Amino acid sequence: MAGNEAPPQAPKMLDAAVAFGRVLRGAGLRAGTDRLVEFARAMDELDASHRDDVYWAGRLTLVSRPEDLEVYDRAFELFWEAGGGAKPRPKPKVRFSKPQPESSVMPPKKTVERDEGGEDAVKLRYSPVEVLRRKDFALYSQEEFAELQRLLADLRLSGALRRSRRLEPAPRGRHDPRRTLRGAMRTGGEAVRHRFRRTRVQPRRVVLLCDVSGSMAPYSRALLRFMHASVAGSPGARLEAFSIGTRLTRLTRELATRDPDRALRQTAGAARDISGGTRLGDAIKEFVDRWGQRGMARGAVVVIFSDGWDRGDVGVLAEQMQRIARLAYRVIWVNPLKSAPGYKPLAAGMAAALPHVDVFLSGHNFDSLEELARAVAAATERDR
Amino acid sequence: MSEGARDGRRGALPPGVSHFRELGGRLREEDYLADEGLATAIFLALKLGRPLFLEGEAGVGKTEVAKVLSRILETPLIRLQCYEGIDVYQAVYEWDYARQLLHIRAAEAFGGEDRERVERDLYDREFLVSRPLLQALEHRGPMPPVLLIDEVDRSDDEFEAFLLEILSDFAVTIPELGTVRAERPPVAILTSNRTREVHDALKRRCLYHYIEHPSFEREVEILRLRVPDAEESLARQVAAATERMRAMDLYKPPGVAETLDWTEALVALGTKELDEKIVEATLGSVLKYREDQQRAANAGLASLVGGVGGAAGG
Repeated sequence: MAGNEAPPQAPKMLDAAVAFGRVLRGAGLRAGTDRLVEFARAMDELDASHRDDVYWAGRLTLVSRPEDLEVYDRAFELFWEAGGGAKPRPKPKVRFSKPQPESSVMPPKKTVERDEGGEDAVKLRYSPVEVLRRKDFALYSQEEFAELQRLLADLRLSGALRRSRRLEPAPRGRHDPRRTLRGAMRTGGEAVRHRFRRTRVQPRRVVLLCDVSGSMAPYSRALLRFMHASVAGSPGARLEAFSIGTRLTRLTRELATRDPDRALRQTAGAARDISGGTRLGDAIKEFVDRWGQRGMARGAVVVIFSDGWDRGDVGVLAEQMQRIARLAYRVIWVNPLKSAPGYKPLAAGMAAALPHVDVFLSGHNFDSLEELARAVAAATERDR
Repeated sequence: MSEGARDGRRGALPPGVSHFRELGGRLREEDYLADEGLATAIFLALKLGRPLFLEGEAGVGKTEVAKVLSRILETPLIRLQCYEGIDVYQAVYEWDYARQLLHIRAAEAFGGEDRERVERDLYDREFLVSRPLLQALEHRGPMPPVLLIDEVDRSDDEFEAFLLEILSDFAVTIPELGTVRAERPPVAILTSNRTREVHDALKRRCLYHYIEHPSFEREVEILRLRVPDAEESLARQVAAATERMRAMDLYKPPGVAETLDWTEALVALGTKELDEKIVEATLGSVLKYREDQQRAANAGLASLVGGVGGAAGG
């Protein structure tokens, strides 16, 4: 065959590719320039006038996770209908996710304190840290949320330690011929000192699942900030974050942005069911099916923030909690209502879930989040 | 991107293939049925010399792609199975310490040799044990080898970063010996079960394809092709039953691998036609969770058997 050498010059399809890239970025996909060049290259190898060829060339080069396939399909539809092919499409105006009213994630504009007449919230900015730490999140003012941000910055969430399969040098343990020999080179080939290594310990993965339904609204504001501080504050850590509403939304990516407000806005965009109803059992099932069982929950510390109100079938929740309990190293349930005096787990969902929970915490104020961080890092006596 | 150097030798299409449909035909000759998407993906990966990143449920035939390609290209299959904690010494190369020590001793015993010389000899190629990645780079032949990097999602971040480097340059530097560069980039196939999200940078290096469960007709075809002893009617019944199982909301919906296992089991038992009894006896070869078996039983095993013809028949 003749055409074995690839053309080093710019691919012919570049203009069309750039136009398509703009449509995709409008739809929220990350179609960087490098990928677009690759797309154009792929087009050069296929038939640009053939719908399926264009479709596959784009899908193979511009999409890199199954979640994006649906978005891609719709964007492609639009692009192709608009006569994408070779002609670049002028200024695409595609938006798939309507911007959400941010009220549910952002702090309330009017503060609770303000209602008490005259005494406006400015005063509260100076509320001593000690008071703030113990104050219920539901009573926070906008200024106090800003303060919370500062407190959260110091909070580190990292999982209890586990043995990894990677080895590291150690004074004793398994023999390490590699380093022994290197040492021997220095002593004329005599292995005077033997070197050893042993398995390294590593923090476990931590999975955070936050209920963002209507009943949790007073707390999910603060808890989402907490999730952001945890995810963004420890890049490279093994941390995963999801929101639970009418469905499950993975937020790890959105929360990785350093700027908290931006992260929360992106979160609101990704999780379109904030302040809606909860089908707790179904959402948790989706987590176990799609992520947990494949490995994300295995040996991990799973933290669920929820008041346990479930509009779905409680039997589903019980079954799914049992599944999580079997996969995870530790299951921690954080329920802000627990702090109320005389609290009893009366919500049917809560009662169904509790038997499968290792640690039950309140999480209604900053102090209790600190307690959570300790619980996440702790390896309890159960397995010692 | 420093691609100029290797552009000239890019691409490794089998002789006589210049369109993805022809490639699909070749795959079929090797008993692998690829749909249009997968055939295009493999075609482009070969033509553009790009690694192919395959994701999908367990048992949809990701690993199989690499095996079939090595047969079509008549080139060795080099497999690197990833696991947690895999490092350069297990993936690329390792010095043979025992032999090196013996060499030192021998040099000592015969005396006279100067130390520098002994040291130089010590790091000779003959003392190097090459692991899969180095083997793939060192391969010389008319066609580049197929490099299967299986279950990348099981390795950790450190190793992923290293892979990214190798897949960009197709070269590795061994401090004592120098740089080993691939004559032509190997045909790299990466698979992932998505136990965790593999880093974007690595995926960006690759063409990405998500393999779905096959359609009813395709699955029947696969069964006929791979289990030739199964009668057509049995293959249709099995495919229809698994299709229903997949719609059943199971913990682990059966993949093609399970369907094949099941069909083989049925054929081994001399089954000509699926009935409730034989399904019950062989259920363990398709559904491997107790809960899933119960769910199927609750839905009624008889309902799995009746009305052949895919979902439309139900």
